[in-house]
Amino acid sequence: MGRMRAGLAVALGVLTILPGGGAAAYSVYVSNERSNTVAVVDPETLTVSKTIPVGRRPRGITFSHDYKHLYVCVGDDDRVDVIDTASGTVVDSLPSGPDPELFVLHPQKPVLYIANEDDNMVTVVDTQTRRVLGEIQVGVEPEGMGISPDGTVLVNTSETTNMAHFIDTTSLQITDNVLVDSRPRVAQFTPDGRHVWVSSEIGGTVSVIDMQTRQVVHKIGFEVRGVPKEAIQAVGIELTADGSTAFVALGPSNRVAEVDQKTYAVRRYHLVGQRVWNLALSPDGKRLYTTNGVSNDVSVIDVAAGKVIKSLPVGDSPWGVAVKP
Amino acid sequence: MWRRRQDPDRAAPEAALGAILAAVLAILALIGPAPAWAAETAAAKEPAGAAPAEPMHVIVGYLGQEEVPRQPLSFLEPELQDEGVQGARLGIADTNTTGRFLNQRFDLVEAVIPRNTDPAVAIAAQMQALADKGVRLLVADLPAERLVQALDQPAAGGMLVLNARAPDDNLRNEACRPNLLHTIPSRRMLADALAQYLVWKRWTRWMLVAGRYPEDLAYAEALRRAARKFGAKIVEQKSWTFEEGNRRADSGHTTVQSLVPTMTQGADHDVLVVADERDIFGEYLPFRTAEPRLVAGTQGLVPTNWSRVHEQWGATQLHSRFEKLAGRWMTPRDHAAWVAVRAVGEAATRTRSADPEQLSRFITGPDFTLAAFKGQALSFRPWDGQLRQPVLLAGPRMLVSVSPQDGFLHRVTTLDTLGDDQSDSRCTRQ
Repeated sequence: MGRMRAGLAVALGVLTILPGGGAAAYSVYVSNERSNTVAVVDPETLTVSKTIPVGRRPRGITFSHDYKHLYVCVGDDDRVDVIDTASGTVVDSLPSGPDPELFVLHPQKPVLYIANEDDNMVTVVDTQTRRVLGEIQVGVEPEGMGISPDGTVLVNTSETTNMAHFIDTTSLQITDNVLVDSRPRVAQFTPDGRHVWVSSEIGGTVSVIDMQTRQVVHKIGFEVRGVPKEAIQAVGIELTADGSTAFVALGPSNRVAEVDQKTYAVRRYHLVGQRVWNLALSPDGKRLYTTNGVSNDVSVIDVAAGKVIKSLPVGDSPWGVAVKP
Repeated sequence: MWRRRQDPDRAAPEAALGAILAAVLAILALIGPAPAWAAETAAAKEPAGAAPAEPMHVIVGYLGQEEVPRQPLSFLEPELQDEGVQGARLGIADTNTTGRFLNQRFDLVEAVIPRNTDPAVAIAAQMQALADKGVRLLVADLPAERLVQALDQPAAGGMLVLNARAPDDNLRNEACRPNLLHTIPSRRMLADALAQYLVWKRWTRWMLVAGRYPEDLAYAEALRRAARKFGAKIVEQKSWTFEEGNRRADSGHTTVQSLVPTMTQGADHDVLVVADERDIFGEYLPFRTAEPRLVAGTQGLVPTNWSRVHEQWGATQLHSRFEKLAGRWMTPRDHAAWVAVRAVGEAATRTRSADPEQLSRFITGPDFTLAAFKGQALSFRPWDGQLRQPVLLAGPRMLVSVSPQDGFLHRVTTLDTLGDDQSDSRCTRQ
């Protein structure tokens, strides 16, 4: 995410139509937890260009390295569906272990690490051989999955155990457990691999964990005037590739916090749709797409202008979002 | 105090909710300051490769009583012999999963007051036995009268007791105690949760039908109070005084079909509210009332801390774990016992301590919060020891809503619009 890409100029909500029939330079994929679909959003027109039926309760989504496939956790069917992005259809499915919710792809290898929410386990799956390479016992209700840029360290969060488990991807053993605030949801490594950011939904904070010491070095809190403290629940995290900015989805407060990635200072809050879950930046980093689970829409934020340029309906209970360059 | 109107300017960064309970500190004879929680969190790292030290051992007690199984009026509901204790057992299992990573071990010491004995003698014996086994943190799955007897024992003096069953309001007011917390909602919390929803629906004229037992009268009183608090009106009150029958009887429905319309005639109302905690007649009311009215309260639309129809905020995972363990659905009593054990577990995780005094101090202190599949952090009210929590409004087949409802505002937390707020409290435990 956040890779610079020429040819797409979007400023202050004015859309530039590209030559060549207006083909979008990138696509936004959104999983709809309740509709059992994945919607494809065209960033030029900001409309849904295609809706792909998938298995039941789709949540986490991520692309293969070549972007030819989109993997979709379909929790109620206990598998991962594989969408062919060229044809926009489900062409295959992978084993996942029970109730897959979120996963992460190894940065170099074709290996998925899948959190099995109902089974206190992380399942490791080779996407090419379709074989389960291993299972790792973790805390109660595993959820967030992050992997270091060099692929050596996997971080899994467990929601009821309130920990980030650090897992060696070679031995598949847990090496460290770091306690964070209540109901940790998402783990994201910084682009330089030095820190991992972990959001806590009920705690309403983001813990920044140092990879060297495996200690919480900073805890980011949030406060929005006029919003009850209980409504501020940190979920999705998106970090810009240049290391400058972080975006944190704050759930039922209907806000996305924009945070300085270096100083941890909250710069401002963007008002988006209801119960904002997850986030994805456009390849040029100029737009942020947010899934809003209660208002059933995606908010599109112009990052420079700091405002929502459109909210578009995508399906029921949009959950995951990923951008294909 | 709650406010009804939307106020666009309601900026309420939560003020400090109150000091640690001085009385608890005195009773538990604490010495020295607790380590700062933030520092503990920052240091919360477990080198997995280190030599395994002896695990830190945390003991949680459970005290229940043997009783004649409650027979639900509906044939769809099972008779339960293990309500409450299964929730405590799951709480221990969940907490041990976390403890595994922190080298902490949690054990549940279970005690049950037998039937057919003098309860006063049995309670004294059980409480002493629990204390002798090192129990200082006790989950009480007892009705109010037995709970008070247990608290009166000398052995209770050194314990923090978490009430996971008795909803009685006087336990949170005149009869409150410094060493008593409540994970089960009070009747007033339940009634307020229902009242907010009915008022939000503008169904403000209620006919009240109450059973004859003290708990029914207490539930009815909570409904009356909630009506006053939120601007509803009880237009008529009725008592269900008919003879109780066995739920199984040939052609029983014929009698009920003629009885209920007659007894629910009266002043014009929007909804019929029912107080029947023993589940003796409430299920007879829906579809049989004189006017086509909905039924809410102990039956019909039920305000409760837990229900199988609830699946939001990860609740499905808790249901799934519980059903694997107990082979049945989790009841409100089970959930309250689970929450009580989890409160101890959370304190042990955060303080890295097995010392009951330190755990008690943390649970009752201002930094304590707990996730319990209710969508937000729960904590104990310092003025009466009640766990503040959202209350579900459960229909027979689906979740209808969750209170507090939109528009009922509070300067600190909207959760305190349910039950006794600080200014209402008659508890002098602080």
